[in-house]
Amino acid sequence: MIKQQAHTIFEPWLNPTEKPIIQFKNVTKRFGDYTAIENLSLDIYSKEFFALLGPSGCGKTTLMRLLAGFEAPSEGKIILDNIDIVNVPPNMREVNMMFQSYALFPHLNVYDNIAFGLRRSTMNKADIPDRVEEMLRLTQLVPLAKRKPHQISGGQRQRVALARSLAKAPKLLLLDEPLGALDKKLRHETQFELMDIQEKTGTTFVIVTHDQEEAMTVASRVAVMDEGKIVQVATPDRIYETPNSIYVADFIGDVNFIKGKSQILEDNKILVNWAEGQQPIIGTSEDRIDNGADITFAIRPEKVTISFEEPLDIANVFKGKILDIAYLGNISTYHLELPTGQNFKAQATNTHRIERRTYTWNDEVWLSWTDTAGVILSE
Amino acid sequence: MNQSRFSWFNATSLTFGFAFLYLPMLILVIYSFNESRLVTVWAGFSTKWYGKLLQNDAFLDAAWVTLNVGIWSSTIATVLGTMAAYVMVRSGRFLGRELFSGMIYAPLVMPEVITGLALLLFFLAIGLDRGMVTIILAHTTFSMCYVSVVVTSRLITFDQSLEDAALDLGCTPFDAFRSVTLPIIAPAVISGWLLAFTLSLDDLVIASFTSGPSSTTLPIKVYSAVRMGVSPEINALSTLMIGVVTAGVVAFSLASRKIMINRKSDF
Ligand SMILES: Nc1ncnc2c1ncn2[C@@H]1O[C@H](COP(=O)(O)OP(=O)(O)O)[C@@H](O)[C@H]1O
Ligand SMILES: [Mg+2]
Repeated sequence: MIKQQAHTIFEPWLNPTEKPIIQFKNVTKRFGDYTAIENLSLDIYSKEFFALLGPSGCGKTTLMRLLAGFEAPSEGKIILDNIDIVNVPPNMREVNMMFQSYALFPHLNVYDNIAFGLRRSTMNKADIPDRVEEMLRLTQLVPLAKRKPHQISGGQRQRVALARSLAKAPKLLLLDEPLGALDKKLRHETQFELMDIQEKTGTTFVIVTHDQEEAMTVASRVAVMDEGKIVQVATPDRIYETPNSIYVADFIGDVNFIKGKSQILEDNKILVNWAEGQQPIIGTSEDRIDNGADITFAIRPEKVTISFEEPLDIANVFKGKILDIAYLGNISTYHLELPTGQNFKAQATNTHRIERRTYTWNDEVWLSWTDTAGVILSE
Repeated sequence: MNQSRFSWFNATSLTFGFAFLYLPMLILVIYSFNESRLVTVWAGFSTKWYGKLLQNDAFLDAAWVTLNVGIWSSTIATVLGTMAAYVMVRSGRFLGRELFSGMIYAPLVMPEVITGLALLLFFLAIGLDRGMVTIILAHTTFSMCYVSVVVTSRLITFDQSLEDAALDLGCTPFDAFRSVTLPIIAPAVISGWLLAFTLSLDDLVIASFTSGPSSTTLPIKVYSAVRMGVSPEINALSTLMIGVVTAGVVAFSLASRKIMINRKSDF
């Protein structure tokens, strides 16, 4: 919970005098005819835990390899600590990477794997054992120091890879889907361990993941990628609450989309005319929306309230029929049908025991939400 | 288990197969311990031909040449073959890659007589006197591609991110090869060396094109001696060579097994 507090005051990206530790300036990377990264600009600040989120093949690993120095950009600059590193080879960069496959050296034991980078650095030979011990303690690997990588479990290998990449105290640590190979429970534990280690060492972390929950849990900011471009960069709550596009809204969490035409009201409110004979939806938008434009209204299922009685004093009230109920333990998701035949999802927490569940199949219910519960997207 | 696996048919084929392969050699080995000078008449057990062999300077010289040629040519072939394999696997696609890799493997299928003749003409052309050096060069030429095949098959399954990790941790590309790639592929390199050594020990055709009057290898010596008539001394020598080659093959297969085990542990 200390973490949470740190987050509320840690917002260097809002401070115009703060210099980013990494800057991508109009970086493009082509493989032959294929453009893996397209004119991408991005600032990452010191001590950030920055997450790159996107579907498989959108260029996350390529972005990491550009940072580590295994690939050179076709165009653009990459600045680390005020220096353009495009022509600096990987072994001269103060950047270390934790590989998706861990890439532990099979012929070396845990200790020698961790010491590998230190032995090739300017560090005094006599100081190496202390540093390795420190890393072993940090990652709780002390009893396994003499084992070979094939003699330890997947979770332990993951920690060796982390210890090895942290040993040289890099300015920047790159983690490419570090938890992808772990099972769900271990992954959750490790996420918190990672956050803890990041805090203790004060290293800037850039993590790649295709798991949105993981990105939301660990990151100070999340960049959502699509086909070599960054679609949105924001804090996890901003990404969730105010996605800037249908793509982002859809990629992160569950969402209902309703297409319609805009009608601008006086007080920054917007009406969404979404179906003949239906009362328009009242909402707001972060973007500038033109009158009469094609727009999409997006609302998360948990922002919708279900009730048997018609609610009063709330901006948006619609009728719906329950088609299906997915009981998920702490919450239930209701699949509904609007009078227009469109499907719609609503979510409610289960405060009653299951036998006393109030809603059932084919019930006609009222759906309601406030005017700020959803977002209007200009697409 | 299925009992029909040990049917009469299988047992017979096995017996005949092995008989065809090993009966002649077995007879050779047995007659090398023959007391009599006559090859076809058994006159009791003796190791005297082995003793005679050790006093025969011509054979000892040939053995010395063979050993030298084997060690030098297989060592050079291993270095060159490993380098070629590494470049072919690592360099990705480049213009003429297929042609280049085909050219590395071509000597595998080239008739030895042609390889030998070509080498002979080459050595004459550059004015190199035939002797131990020319045999070493010739053997390096043809065994290099075998080494390259063995090492390539290992490198294909080698996880390249291990090399990336080494670079990331501060290695120069050469240091990454020396301290990460080479130790991991070492069993393949060693079995490549053993294969090259065995091939060099074996070779008659190419050696007879490239050897000079001052230096003959054992196979040439045996071949020319046999044309004068088979002697028990030759049997003894051949038995020793069978022993060395067998040891080489066993060592090669042990090294290959080690590769399989290593592969399992390399993720
Ligand atoms: N060395 C390469 N040569 C050709 N294409 C590549 C290479 N590396 C990556 N790509 C392509 O670039 C795209 C992005 O890959 P990658 O960055 O690995 O995606 P992600 O990590 O997001 O799954 C993929 O379509 C991939 O095929
Ligand atoms: Mg990837």
